[in-house]
Amino acid sequence: MGTRQIELEVMRYNPEKDEAPWFQQYSVPCEEDWAILDALIYVKDNLDSTLSYRWSCHMMVCGSCGMTVNGEPHLTCKTFIRDLPDKVRVEPLENFPIERDLVVVLDDVMQKLQLAKPYIIRKDDPPPEDEEYPQSRAALKKFKQYTMCINCMLCYSACPQYGLSNDFIGPAALSLAHRYNLDSRDQGKAQRLDILADHDGVWECSFVGACSEACPKNVDPAAAIQQMKVDGTMEWWKQKFGLTGDKP
Amino acid sequence: MSRRPYVRPMSRTTWYMRNGRFKVYMLRELTSLLVGFYAFLVLFGLVALSAGSEAQWNDFLASQQGPEMIALHGFALLYFLFYQTFAWFNLAPKAMPVQLGEKKLPAHFIVIAHYVAWAVVSAFIFWLAGAI
Repeated sequence: MGTRQIELEVMRYNPEKDEAPWFQQYSVPCEEDWAILDALIYVKDNLDSTLSYRWSCHMMVCGSCGMTVNGEPHLTCKTFIRDLPDKVRVEPLENFPIERDLVVVLDDVMQKLQLAKPYIIRKDDPPPEDEEYPQSRAALKKFKQYTMCINCMLCYSACPQYGLSNDFIGPAALSLAHRYNLDSRDQGKAQRLDILADHDGVWECSFVGACSEACPKNVDPAAAIQQMKVDGTMEWWKQKFGLTGDKP
Repeated sequence: MSRRPYVRPMSRTTWYMRNGRFKVYMLRELTSLLVGFYAFLVLFGLVALSAGSEAQWNDFLASQQGPEMIALHGFALLYFLFYQTFAWFNLAPKAMPVQLGEKKLPAHFIVIAHYVAWAVVSAFIFWLAGAI
């Protein structure tokens, strides 16, 4: 296999020295089957050991190598050199504070994921011992796509609403809440409604749809959020006319 | 070692120039201006009608028949078709997926159903107006 010389333009930021991020050029001899992550690993191993970036599995499972490649959010382990021009710009994920070089601060989103109460809530808590909550395959199919999220945060990086206001709960946390709301074993929908139907919840989303296009696992967070808007509206009317005993 | 995270601010006025997807989104959102325009137009029409004078109502009708207004209505119709009707019909399957047993109904069925409903409602309105 031959190599191809790629000009890698990497955003650098050292909090101890730099006032602002800047770009550093690296000329990297890339193998045909390399992804951007391989090129970054080459830089760190051979050209500049001070470069910082996150990665773990190199197989689209861990969700830690998300970066901005030529202006778009991507998992760098599945963004192949062969699909890119000879000059590639690599930046940290947009919409997040930069910790160092390509590493971003994810604390805000980690807190938002908890707001979604991403666990099965039962009215008969604690669950009866030695008993299962059965679920049909059709019931599983209703929410399975939303279980595929790997928390890579590309959706937050793509979302202009989150970029403009960090108060927005955001795509991954909202689709995670939707996943549990759709789960036939869960009874916690009313408990999630308060936060999700709030101003910073689903209604902050204006359906740009960029989150779904960025998602590497086809979770389609934009769809989840629109379905939650429909759900939330129905619940509001039901409560208004006293048609539900399911008070938060 | 000290932490000093750097925040790259997003421009509140030019963020949508970043890529084509955002620009198309803004074109879709701009249809709201046309919605506002037609809301005012209906109000003006109602005011003219409720004034009780036939001359005022005829003036309103005449004001809509000049070449500029016809051009504006034509532009609004095309703009609405592309950035409102087609755009939202294509997005409808995301907001209202249909699952039959273990299978999800393919998205294009839901889109086609919207076009069929649109045609039926349009035909009904034309029938009401005496056009067919």
